[in-house]
Amino acid sequence: MTLAIPPEYCGVAMAATRELIRRAKPATCTSSPCPQSGLQADMLIGAGLVATVEAAAVTMGERGPAPRFVAAVRIRRRHHDGRHLPRHPRRPAGFREGPALPPPARYSGHRHVLANRPDWRVIDNPFGSDDPIIALPAIRPDIALFHCEMADAHGNLWIGRRRELATMAHASAATVATVEQIHDGDFFADETLAAGALPAAYIDAIAHVPHGTWPLAMPGFHDADAGALDAYCAAATTPDGFAAWLAKHLSGTGAA
Amino acid sequence: MSEASRTEFLIATLARLLAGSRRVAVGAQSPIPGSSAFLAQALDLGPRQVTVLGSRRNNDFTEGGRELFDRAAQGRIDAFFLGGGQIDGAANINLVGIGNYPQGKVRFPGSFGSSYLYFLIPRVILFREEHTPRTLVETVDFISAPGTSPANVYRPGGPTALVTGRCVFTFDRDQERFTLTSTHPWSSTQEVRDETGFAFDEPEVIPVTATPDPAMLTMIRGPVRDRIAETYPAFAASLTVV
Repeated sequence: MTLAIPPEYCGVAMAATRELIRRAKPATCTSSPCPQSGLQADMLIGAGLVATVEAAAVTMGERGPAPRFVAAVRIRRRHHDGRHLPRHPRRPAGFREGPALPPPARYSGHRHVLANRPDWRVIDNPFGSDDPIIALPAIRPDIALFHCEMADAHGNLWIGRRRELATMAHASAATVATVEQIHDGDFFADETLAAGALPAAYIDAIAHVPHGTWPLAMPGFHDADAGALDAYCAAATTPDGFAAWLAKHLSGTGAA
Repeated sequence: MSEASRTEFLIATLARLLAGSRRVAVGAQSPIPGSSAFLAQALDLGPRQVTVLGSRRNNDFTEGGRELFDRAAQGRIDAFFLGGGQIDGAANINLVGIGNYPQGKVRFPGSFGSSYLYFLIPRVILFREEHTPRTLVETVDFISAPGTSPANVYRPGGPTALVTGRCVFTFDRDQERFTLTSTHPWSSTQEVRDETGFAFDEPEVIPVTATPDPAMLTMIRGPVRDRIAETYPAFAASLTVV
């Protein structure tokens, strides 16, 4: 199964991630952070749920390397890089369903990335000549998982300008979201709200989980819990430390 | 007013390199470049628009993170910053790891959007504070993004300079080489030679990098600190308070 997850500046469904770790079987998942991840990917990797990561980066940001990601690479699990090789200029290719359109790229310069991506192709730009470009296949995650501001009674989500979440939902076969609030009404009855809505047509399940991004930030609601993130980074440097941290948080005693 | 810290010195040095760049974008994990863009804007050095990825207030994207890439492709971003776990003398950058991928010895976070943005943004300033033979190498172990491309490759963008904790280099895309432009007050040309793993050109006279003036320091310790705190709170807390 392939799981698409958002960057930390969007809403990361951390409460749902803890539940996923409680229930999931080991190493069943390809994680596709869109485009990068931190705590969420690191926890899923540390818990043994992830066989492959396809991402632009996995990092704890200001706190440095993602400890379980780095440890997993060390034991030679398979990880991909370079989702952000160029795509076609002037075309919002993203990773939506449809042809992954060609970028300007230098074959020799990208040889290290391309050597590890047999699914990527160097072709001549069909609209030019002697113009080598790289074509990428679209990715199709099974499930997009994220947390956003609101859901309404009709199953629509409100994501505001966090359009990465829309791209994830469009690309994925199914979308599961947790939300801060339930809106009493219909986003599509109000043009202002409709502009930031993600239609129910893309959504398969919604759960009302206030503070569902903890300990990560939820923009507009709360900041990240710096103390909790520091504690994670300190604990997760060793497998035993990570296991103890996870046990504490899965039992619910570590959550705010 | 106390003297500039090394961090403040680097913020000011990067800010000067943004002179004339109207639209500046700042990517992930870039507190010092982000601060420099805010400083350049505050001092009216050129930037009119500074967009910080991951920020809420300093970010006018309405189409998500991909808008950064679309704007770059459309020529709507003039300057950007990239770093590297390794940077070599041809301005190739490595954000993936040390050793023979995928069985490397050290793993870095990943390439982010480097190989795309390096091709499209005209002024890419490389920044790597650690200036040692392990970071500035003859040849990177993994090319996340190449410094130059053959003439038949569509490439309006690329590196213009490299700022480290010891000096400033400029990059000549035709020669595919760095030139030492200035050394910071606490370093020297000889130290730069000893600590750089790649060959570079040296003019006869190599000046000392300019020290931030009081107006710059006032800005860094006030409005710039406040603006960067939204995205990099721990970094902002480490800056001197006026």
